[in-house]
Parts: sequence; C-alpha cells; structure tokens
Amino acid sequence: MTQRQLRMPALSKRSLWSETGMTSPRIAIAGASLAGVRTAEALRAALPNARIVLVGEERHAPYNRPPLSKDAIEGLASGHPSQEQILEKLLLRSKLSPGDVDLRLGRAVVSVESGQLRLADGARVSADWIIAATGLRPRHLPQKGAEERRYVLRGFDDACRLAGRLRAGSRMAVIGGGFIGCEIASTACKLGLHVTIVEPEPQPMLHALGTRVAAAMGNLHRRRGVRLLTGRRVHSFSNGNVVLDDGEALEADVIVEALGTVPNTEWLTGTGVDLSDGVLVDDRMIAAGSSNMLAVGDIARFANLRFDATCRRVEHWCVPGQTARRAAETISALSEGRSPSGGFAPMPSFWSEQHGMRLQSFGAPALADTQTVIEGDLSQVGEAPIIVEYARRGELVAVVGLGARPNSLARHHARLDKATIQTMSA
Amino acid sequence: MKIKVDLDACLQHGQCVIAAPEIFSFDDDGNLQWKAAPDEALRDDAEAAADACPEQAIIVE
Ligand SMILES: Cc1cc2nc3c(=O)[nH]c(=O)nc-3n(C[C@H](O)[C@H](O)[C@H](O)COP(=O)(O)OP(=O)(O)OC[C@H]3O[C@@H](n4cnc5c(N)ncnc54)[C@H](O)[C@@H]3O)c2cc1C
Ligand code: SF4
Repeated sequence: MTQRQLRMPALSKRSLWSETGMTSPRIAIAGASLAGVRTAEALRAALPNARIVLVGEERHAPYNRPPLSKDAIEGLASGHPSQEQILEKLLLRSKLSPGDVDLRLGRAVVSVESGQLRLADGARVSADWIIAATGLRPRHLPQKGAEERRYVLRGFDDACRLAGRLRAGSRMAVIGGGFIGCEIASTACKLGLHVTIVEPEPQPMLHALGTRVAAAMGNLHRRRGVRLLTGRRVHSFSNGNVVLDDGEALEADVIVEALGTVPNTEWLTGTGVDLSDGVLVDDRMIAAGSSNMLAVGDIARFANLRFDATCRRVEHWCVPGQTARRAAETISALSEGRSPSGGFAPMPSFWSEQHGMRLQSFGAPALADTQTVIEGDLSQVGEAPIIVEYARRGELVAVVGLGARPNSLARHHARLDKATIQTMSA
Repeated sequence: MKIKVDLDACLQHGQCVIAAPEIFSFDDDGNLQWKAAPDEALRDDAEAAADACPEQAIIVE
C-alpha cells in the first residue's frame, strides 16, 4: 500500500452501498487531525465496506503539530522555504486512498441531533457510529489588554501569525512554562529574541517531569539565556506590558499564552456523555453514557490499566494512534457481532526538543513519587546524556532520557514494558 | 514488503525500534539499521513503526 498525503476532497460514491452483504456501518468522525485520520485508516483496514465521513474544522489537509513549536515555526519565521512548502512537509502521510473516506474540511460539527451530525454549512450526516476526535484548543488568560501582541500556538495558522513576530532582538514573554511554552521559548531564543517565561509553579514542566528533572530543565533554560520567573503569575496587561503579581512590569513585543488547553467538546452538549474533562470513555473507547459514540486522541479521558484505574486525558502524540486502533477494533467487533477484547494498556511516550536537546519519555513519569538518575548527572543537562528512572511506591513507572542515546533508551524501554505489564497482572 | 526510511527526515527518535524491534535497530554508532525487505508476517509491526515515527520517515510498501 502506498502512502500519500490526504488532501483531495474524496469521492464517496464508490463505497456507499455494500453489495457484498458484508457489514457496512456508517461512521462519522469529527476532527480531521492525527486522531481522526488514524481512526479512519484503522476502520478502513478493519471494515472495508464501512462508509466513513471525516469532518474537520480547519481548511488545511490533516497535518502534524509537533514541529509547529520547533523547526516548522523557525522556518516560517525565516520566510523560506515558503509557507506552502512548510505545510506540505507537515501533511500527514496517510494510508487512505481517494474514495476511502468522504473528507469534509473547513467546516465544524456544531451538534449531534437524533443520531445525526449537524455541520456548520448546514449539512447533516447520519451515522451508526460517531467518533469524537476534536482535540483541544489553547486556554487564554481572562485579563483584557495588549490584544494585538497576544498569541497562542495550536494550529498551522497560529504558527504563521506568531512566526511573523519572531524577529531577532524582540522581547518575548511566554506565559506558562509547560512543554509548548518551553519549546517556543527555546526556538525564540535560537532566533535571537530576548525571552522571559512566567510560570506559577516553582519549576517549569513540574507536573509532567517531577521536581528534580524539572529543576534541571529550568537550569538548562537559564543557562541558554532565558529569563525564567517561577512562582509568579500575570496580574494584568497595561500599556503593552505584562504586569506580574509582584508588581514587576515586563516589557514585551510578543506575548505567548501557553497556559494549557480546553477540550473541544461543545458540539457534544446534550448527548448525555460525560464531558467533565474531555470525553470520558471506557476501555473500548466508548463514551460513558452512550452506546454508539466513541472518543479518540487528546480529547479522550481513559484509564490505562498498565498503571491504574484512574481516567486521565493524555496529551501525547502517541495517543491518537493507540486510541484510534482501539476504537476501530471496538467498532469492527461490535458490527460483526463479536465482543471486543477487554483491557486497554498502551505504553505512553512523548518527546520534546528544547535548546537542541531531545527529551524522551516512556511510561507515566507524572505518576511517580521518586526519581533516580541511572546514567549521567542532572547538573550536566544539555551537555551529556542522562537517563532517569521514575518509580511509584517502589515500582518502575517511567524512564526519561535527556539527550540520551536511543540505543540505551530502547533497552530501558523493554525493561519498563515488562515491569509495568507485571504490575498490571499482579 | 519493502521498507524505506527517509534518512533526511529521520531524527533518531527510536520509536520504530520500540514498535518493531525485529525490523529496526541502532548499531553501535547509533545509526539506524533496518531490514529493507522483511517477511510479510511482520507487516503489522512495520505499519505500527511507520505510524509511531514522529517524522513520518518510514514508508512501507
Ligand atoms: C505546538 C505543539 C507541539 C507539540 N509537540 C509535541 C511533542 O513534541 N511531542 C508529543 O508527544 N506531542 C506533542 N504535541 C501534542 C500532539 O500534537 C497532540 O497530542 C496531537 O495533535 C493530538 O491529536 P488529536 O487529533 O487528538 O487532536 P488535534 O491535533 O488537536 O486535532 C483536533 C482537530 O479537530 C478539529 N476540530 C475541533 N473542533 C471541531 C469541530 N467541532 N468540528 C470539526 N472539527 C473540529 C480541530 O480544528 C483539529 O484540527 C504538540 C502539540 C502542539 C499543539
Ligand atoms: S522513529 Fe522515525 S525518526 Fe525515529 S528513528 Fe525511527 S525512522 Fe527515525
């Protein structure tokens, strides 16, 4: 099967009606990004006769987001290659062929009414199964002011707008020291901006990485010239300045709000599913309170039995693929009268790039209560490879590499996989 | 089945090595090695590796 970019408005006629007597459920997917596309691919493979409609609010063909805070925005800021060429490189390579799905871009799903999706262009899509893959949007500070300098970063259009302001010598204030804030800060530093990060917690990326590694990452930012203000919040914006809660006024030409995200679930209001934080799903990806609605990707809140029974949203790039395959298994099993296999226990992973250093994580470091450096030295972050083990109540739950060699990480991954599966069956 | 890796795109994340250790590995110098024509039985692993590659550097044919 060749891989191609998914850009053509597909002709849906071909597979509309099944003449073979095989199951041909109608499946509507809301959200045409990583999770939506991977779900369509997995469904196409499992149920060749399914009729799949994929609806996306963005006008661009489905693309990959991680480079938007890294090399893609650096390219956009420099002006070459062109915006079109950069987008072209970001487009998702897909296993879908034209005609496999009815792709409707540039329109949002606005609601679900009597089993039909209602789209912003007035169209209605009837479906036996509805899949929510609408992801997240950036959270904004409630304070007014400095609107013309405030930016967020989630999509390609956001990146194009922000890139226009990334000029050497400009002053940037990044509000929020999570991954996206820290990545855009390091990219801006590389481009010659003067960058300040404002973070309410004592360390950047604290909840994700734990105290010791977060502190080491904070030091890396400081050493590379970022002014990192921790334990501080934004009080207000005045005369283009960012005024902090201790009264300090930061002069900023560009302000990036990187405060975390809000799930795009408004269109599901009134459907009876649990929308308290994303969409709550069971181990089959079926939404609690529904029999035919599923959720995948960043928006899905699920329990990972590898660790415990608590339901969480996980904003890692690997999750769309893992949940998409699970959702497709569920729909194909139920459509064919089988029951889906039980349990969902994927291995989470994420990576980040800051100041030329790659951070790679396997497992769930956020759940750990202790961190042990097993290779290198945290004071050398960014200079020499480091590997850290994370444990919860004495049991291994994650391995994180900071500039670590992929070889040694792969070995630790195998060990982590074994250890976490054992805990699960214990 | 044929596997191609675009080494200009590959940033050595190693996600492929983890998803399909029978196809992908790193040599002692840290260079990515892979079987260019693995057995058809490994297709699911190969596809999983292609899906897991953050740089979309792997092409399975
Ligand atoms: C700048 C940035 C950098 C990142 N870097 C990393 C990284 O280094 N490592 C890592 O592991 N992860 C990273 N991530 C996270 C990763 O990109 C996400 O986990 C992934 O994009 C989630 O995919 P998704 O399809 O679930 O959601 P999204 O990609 O958010 O897609 C949801 C789609 O649904 C559309 N939509 C929303 N509402 C509607 C509606 N009502 N109707 C129709 N369509 C709708 C949206 O427009 C969007 O296109 C990064 C994310 C960003 C934004
Ligand atoms: S996952 Fe992709 S980028 Fe990473 S080593 Fe494999 S081919 Fe290279």
